[in-house]
Amino acid sequence: MILKYLLEKEFKQFRRNPIFPRLMVAFPILIIFVFPWVTTFEVQNIKVTVVDDDNSTLSHRLTHEIENSRYFNLVGAEPSYQLGLADVEKGTADVVLDIPRDFEKNMIRRSGSNIQISANAVNGIKGNIGSSYLNAIVAQFATKIASEHGLKVQPAVNVITQNRFNEYLDYKKFMIPALITMVLILLCGFFPTLNIVSEKEIGTIEQINVTPVGKASFIIAKLIPYWAMGLIVFTVCFFLAWLTYGFAPQGNVLLIYLDAVLFIMFMSGFGLVVSNNSATMQQAMFVMFFCIMVFILMSGLFTPIHSMPQWAQDIAFFNPPRYYIEIMRSVFLKGSNFMENWFSYMMLAIFDLLINFWAILSYRKQS
Amino acid sequence: MNDEMGNKVIIAENLTKKFGNFTAVDHITFEVERGEIFGFLGANGAGKTTAMRMFCGLSRPTEGKGSVGGFDVRTQAEQIKKNIGYMSQKFSLYEDLKVWENIRLFAGIYGVKEGEIKSRSEELLHRLGLYEERDSFVKSLPLGWKQKLAFSVAIFHHPKIVFLDEPTGGVDPIARRQFWELIYEAADQGITIFVTTHYMDEAEYCNRVSIMVDGRIDALDTPRNLKEQFGTTDMDGVFRALARKAKRGD
Repeated sequence: MILKYLLEKEFKQFRRNPIFPRLMVAFPILIIFVFPWVTTFEVQNIKVTVVDDDNSTLSHRLTHEIENSRYFNLVGAEPSYQLGLADVEKGTADVVLDIPRDFEKNMIRRSGSNIQISANAVNGIKGNIGSSYLNAIVAQFATKIASEHGLKVQPAVNVITQNRFNEYLDYKKFMIPALITMVLILLCGFFPTLNIVSEKEIGTIEQINVTPVGKASFIIAKLIPYWAMGLIVFTVCFFLAWLTYGFAPQGNVLLIYLDAVLFIMFMSGFGLVVSNNSATMQQAMFVMFFCIMVFILMSGLFTPIHSMPQWAQDIAFFNPPRYYIEIMRSVFLKGSNFMENWFSYMMLAIFDLLINFWAILSYRKQS
Repeated sequence: MNDEMGNKVIIAENLTKKFGNFTAVDHITFEVERGEIFGFLGANGAGKTTAMRMFCGLSRPTEGKGSVGGFDVRTQAEQIKKNIGYMSQKFSLYEDLKVWENIRLFAGIYGVKEGEIKSRSEELLHRLGLYEERDSFVKSLPLGWKQKLAFSVAIFHHPKIVFLDEPTGGVDPIARRQFWELIYEAADQGITIFVTTHYMDEAEYCNRVSIMVDGRIDALDTPRNLKEQFGTTDMDGVFRALARKAKRGD
């Protein structure tokens, strides 16, 4: 059985590589201990400048209210709106809150007043979320004042949002499955990409090509170590996430593993296709880098696919990582079963067959 | 194997390889007999390596016919590969594998039996004087030893023919001498040797020699006949007389 000798070779070479085994250790640590804290979309520390033209008890109370919120830092008070905007331009403030003259009088007598909020939307997420947080605080404040003074509050529809499956909108919970996906894409994608093409650069492939080794045996021997590596890294990541954050999957662990196995098989097969079709490592790296950008940005990892324009959704239909992520989120967070995800599993399996078949075909022993 | 071919283990008939407009190998026709040491000479860029790669089933001919060990180079490349050994110009064993691991890998690929691999590689390592180095990584060996190891790996599975592409490039005269002793040993076992070289003293060791100029074979005979034909005392003179006509540079 030739495969045995080829596998021995591949595993030995992987183990002796000066960088790969270290990356295998470094990646899970970074992914679980560092990245969940930095990939948060929760906006905090929004810098607010208050322009208080009223200077009344009520306006001071509102200012305190904002200061006490954990989302805002009160960075200053300016005498005019113009100067407030100048703070935004200088970057010392993100949001200007303009409390108009007669704010107190209008609030109490007519139970209503205008307040202007100007946000710096250069960082769109921060500007948007910042001003809506501020809106919420002001609205709450207005209701409180109205009831204190026994004024009739206009009945308003009170929307209660309940975040199912991730009750407290914990971004770590949402990001960890996504981050693990990134590790699999990087490790199981890049390592095989460098493999065959490096044999071409060193010249060892020539000695292999002149032997009667079968194309399928050679490619399968290349793939198996990456499958093993991918599953080990995957397991370590999940175990660390459970130990550190107490996150355990809601659904069946076997379904998650099936998803991971299918995805790892796709990524490593894809890496070998790129490697087979490249003449130099540099070329292979750039091609892979380009493909990985597409894989990640069109996968729904960071932005929902359903918010993309129709043409982009059509492209995403042919993006295998998308199915992997869909299954992962639905099984991990919602506890879905196989039948709810059968389409995604099927798509992954089809891509696996195609790409690995292509990997064998694109390895040419004769030029 | 085809009976008509008799003792001819390598046959080339108008074998040609073109890369775009460039004709690397230009309609070469010759035969190599079983058990011969055949010297395949030519200046740099004359097309030796390209021709050799076609015989080894690494490169598909553009035109013409060729057969090695009775198998067609165009359609039966994988059959050919079972019957030959090949040592490329650039050292191409795995430098991150140990000496014994390289022997084991290639022996395994050629289908040598598990039990045989161990005993035969020990015997081989003793014979090459590499036994003490069996656990060293190949990258740490001196070039002369690497070449000897590469040759031994190429003939470990007892091929019918072995192709050697400048096997002694860059090694000292003593190591070259030792290398040729290995070649003679292999020839004594009945292995046909097809070898390219730039050393004219090595050309003298061959039974027959061909000289390639600009993709064509301009001369083919025993070293003695060639020297007579060109009226020189050594192969160097023959080579200079032919290579002077070359239009291709390095």
